[in-house]
Amino acid sequence: MKTSLLAHAGRVWLALILIFLYAPILVMAAMSLNASPFYQLPFKFSTEWYEQMAGNEQIITAAIRSIFIACVTTVIATALGTCASVALFRYDFKGKRLLQILLFPPIAIPWLITGTAMLIFFFFIGIGRGTPAVIAGHVALALPYVIVTVTARLSSFDIALEEAARSLGADAWTVLRRVTIPWIAPGIVAGGLFAFAVSFDQFVVSYFLSEPGDSTLPVMIYTAIRKGFTPEINAISTIIITLSMGIMFLATRKARFGGEH
Amino acid sequence: MAELTTASDRRRLVALLSPAYLWLLVAVFLPLSAMLFFSFLTDLPQDTPDWGFTLGNYARFLTNPTYGTLLWKSVTLGLTVTLACIVIGYPCALVLARAIKGRVRETLFLLVILPFWSNSLVRIFSWAIVLRGNGVLERFLELFVPFDLRLNLMFTTTAVVIGLVHSYLPYVILTSYLALQAIDDDIIEAARSMGASRVTILRRLLLPLSMPGLMAGAVLVFVPVVGSFMEPRILGGRMGTYYGTVIEDQFVAVYNWPLGAALSFILLAVVLLILALASPVLRKANT
Repeated sequence: MKTSLLAHAGRVWLALILIFLYAPILVMAAMSLNASPFYQLPFKFSTEWYEQMAGNEQIITAAIRSIFIACVTTVIATALGTCASVALFRYDFKGKRLLQILLFPPIAIPWLITGTAMLIFFFFIGIGRGTPAVIAGHVALALPYVIVTVTARLSSFDIALEEAARSLGADAWTVLRRVTIPWIAPGIVAGGLFAFAVSFDQFVVSYFLSEPGDSTLPVMIYTAIRKGFTPEINAISTIIITLSMGIMFLATRKARFGGEH
Repeated sequence: MAELTTASDRRRLVALLSPAYLWLLVAVFLPLSAMLFFSFLTDLPQDTPDWGFTLGNYARFLTNPTYGTLLWKSVTLGLTVTLACIVIGYPCALVLARAIKGRVRETLFLLVILPFWSNSLVRIFSWAIVLRGNGVLERFLELFVPFDLRLNLMFTTTAVVIGLVHSYLPYVILTSYLALQAIDDDIIEAARSMGASRVTILRRLLLPLSMPGLMAGAVLVFVPVVGSFMEPRILGGRMGTYYGTVIEDQFVAVYNWPLGAALSFILLAVVLLILALASPVLRKANT
């Protein structure tokens, strides 16, 4: 009797947490479809805010810029990160531990510090603000996630497969292309999705590195919120959160983070 | 794993590693060093030719009590949010890891982790909609009470804490869950067969064995919260001045970059100190 009571309490707790996590997001989604611009109830269905959003050139330009930056970041971070992972996995060398530790500062240091430091340095060396600076920052933030994800996948790779291929006469390039890369492909895809999400959702670093009036979507939303909410922001926010949750859902399916299976 | 034997191996290693690490050097490590350098300058070299070195930016932190007070306010906020995340998140991880099995557990775990990977700015914005005066939360609670409810939560410290807990709760659940799940069932079974009560099992086995994971989660929450500025700005209104917002102002409103650099660096020092204090426990979490 006592056992089941405790188990029930636990499930209720879990349910409450899920409500806490999802309710505000669902409310926002519902309000983006509510006719009242002041979020008045009762609810009256309308797609007006989505139409206005689609006609808002500022939002559309910022969205296109965000997607462009995220794509470039994904390509660069995945390529560089996969190479580094292969090296870290394949070879034993002095300083390897240090190189692994160096992956943590971009994740562990608050983005406020990293972002302002990048702003100072990029001005100092002449890059200044703007899209190239934002991409440089995003790639740096995404690299550790790619390396960790691809390395995790590599750790299940049996090096004997490479040796077998080599003993059958394959050269190093063929081994990489036909044996190693196909095996770690799911890790690379997951790493790429992480990189996309890190860039697409990144606000703090973009905020400091964007040119005013030339900003990414989250930066534009932040500016708009501080001027006063509009339901269009609601509509684009709903689209963003659906998109990024969808991407992460795919990535976690690929990377299998849930523990044992 | 191969030892580096030949020169061509070594060349390949450098070729594979250097692009990623050069990128990190230019975009993270050099900027952090540059920030330290700038924090000792009177002016920006690109702005005026007669810049010089000074300790004044750090002196301002020490002589003007506002900065110290705000740093303490941010640290207190960090502790509050971390504690709330532990109290709410640890039982949740416990239920997930020990009471639920199979595909249901996997799905629930994914559901808990998923929001964490969505846009944090948008999630904070969604709380602004929920908490605003006469908003959804007040209307919803009015269904249960017979009178007009005025919580006035928006633009309070409570609103900031709620938003931050929402943002960082999944960290604590994730790390605690991974630690709890790794505990061998046989140990629990052995304790139970010897007559240990549930409370004893929790206090003497589960809690100590999952402590490294719980601590890792706590650090992962505390560090970014101390440096938060967007959440207090949106949800805190006039109550939302914190150490992070002061740094933000130096870079986007006041344009005193050397002072901003010094304030950022002091924050970095606090963060590194906390990471160093926590590292013995965190190292255990790794193994």
